[in-house]
Amino acid sequence: MIHPIPSGTRDVLADEMREMRAITEALRGVFERSGYGEVYTPALEYEAVLARAGTTATASAPPAYRVFDEAGAVLALRSDMTVPIARVVASRYAAAEPPLRFCYLAHCYRGVRPQRGQPRELLQAGIELVGAPAPQGTVEALNVLCAALDAVGLADYRVGLGDASLFGALMAGIGVAAQTRPALLGALARRDFVELEGVLAAAGLSAHDAELLLSVPQRRGGPEVLADLPGPAAEAAGGMRMVHELLAPEVAERVIFDLGLTRSLGYYTGAVFEVYDPALGAPIGGGGRYDELLGRFGRELPAVGFALGVDRLHIALAGEERGTGVRLAR
Amino acid sequence: MSPLGGLRIAVPRGALFNGTVDLLAGLGVQTDELRTNDRKLLFEEIGVITMRPSDVPTYVEAGAADVGITGKDVLAELALAEASGAAPGGGARAHGGREVYELLDLGFGRCTMVLATMAGEPDPAAEALRRLGVMRVATKYPRIAARHLEETGRQAEIVEVKGSVELAPLTGLVEAIVDLTATGTTLRENNLVVRERFLECTARLIANPVAHKLKAAAIDDLLGRLRAAPARDGGASAASARGEDASAA
Repeated sequence: MIHPIPSGTRDVLADEMREMRAITEALRGVFERSGYGEVYTPALEYEAVLARAGTTATASAPPAYRVFDEAGAVLALRSDMTVPIARVVASRYAAAEPPLRFCYLAHCYRGVRPQRGQPRELLQAGIELVGAPAPQGTVEALNVLCAALDAVGLADYRVGLGDASLFGALMAGIGVAAQTRPALLGALARRDFVELEGVLAAAGLSAHDAELLLSVPQRRGGPEVLADLPGPAAEAAGGMRMVHELLAPEVAERVIFDLGLTRSLGYYTGAVFEVYDPALGAPIGGGGRYDELLGRFGRELPAVGFALGVDRLHIALAGEERGTGVRLAR
Repeated sequence: MSPLGGLRIAVPRGALFNGTVDLLAGLGVQTDELRTNDRKLLFEEIGVITMRPSDVPTYVEAGAADVGITGKDVLAELALAEASGAAPGGGARAHGGREVYELLDLGFGRCTMVLATMAGEPDPAAEALRRLGVMRVATKYPRIAARHLEETGRQAEIVEVKGSVELAPLTGLVEAIVDLTATGTTLRENNLVVRERFLECTARLIANPVAHKLKAAAIDDLLGRLRAAPARDGGASAASARGEDASAA
């Protein structure tokens, strides 16, 4: 008899589990050695508590699965671990001296279109560093990220580094009308540069300003992309440059600056980053600064963290082994 | 360096094929075999793979091709597809249903999404709506059609067909069709008239998000040369001049 399981979920059998366990043990080892203690939180949370993060209305990863408990309260399956850990910090570490370091290996649940490396139940491995401001906190998180990927044996990965505040600052500096900004941000979030160009053309900006708003988010590459940016964007670029200078050398050489990097979770405030490997057509994971999220739970602390998709990491490793990774044009 | 800088490009067979091949030839790609051999799918030596236009976003999203060319109709239909994806930890938000970057309007293959019904008055679709409260609409673009009718406040029953849409109103299956048209010739030949035009579609250059970072120089070089190419604003290219064919045909 064949009995179905829900779309986007799967069984993991012994051979795969053995390989996956090797990956998660290597990740956990680096996290623990770097001072990040593992925590475990319930997969089910009160929907109203998760909603404090303010991501449900705007993010592409709001909780997708809800149930009622016996008292009629709405529970939701968490869609990431950052929000539950923000809750833990506010409720269980209300008086603890920062910085606080946490790591996790946990399943999260999203209402996505199931495809390769994109299940609805996904295993995430990550860290949260709470109470460490930029740039040092960001630098520490990136160093741990690369140490973890190195420990797993991923060879050809790169880390895209951007700043969630950059485009907003650029729009404000140029004086883009408030009613035009959501359309520009929407086009950028969808990576639709044709639409971005169209909205800019209709926005009544000078040709120079429109060109700037179109070209800056498409800049990516070495430190040269940070050069000669206009005032407000230069501040974010300065922050990125500072992070880069403080990174361990072997981490710094993995970095690709990406001025168009916008992560879809609504709570990012500063530096954001994503991990790419030529063996996989989608990011393996990523993270960034969320300096305002903890405040929404009642403990105002700057924070930074990242999450890796363990399935995607596994696929990328297998791809690198087989040599199916598209070789980088260096 | 090869003309595409080592990139692999997904090229659509069908109505956008000639315009795309002309564009590639303009970039210095050796396209002779591509033009003559319509059975071969993989042209490794020039970095080209060929497929139906609706498959292009699938190959590009997965990274099986770094960049691709497809119609805005294909992208718009996907954009309205089910819940958009998010990477672990919340990655790049999907371009609608697919995580690809839309980089450039290539300007050729210009077509319009239209609503058409049988010629004559009264309009049979309006009549169905008035008397039966719902109009039946056949289309290869069920989400685009449903969205358009919803936005214009009309109740409709969408009938998805894979082949010639024009047959559906002729046989009484539906009162109206939503389809892509360049010149309107096929519609006229089937006694159909365009009642509404609502979405301009042209060929677009799309890119895989990871390739966009890891092969930035090659992609930017390609973009720069395509922006400078004469075909971009040419409008009436070979593909659209050939007539009726929707790019998804």
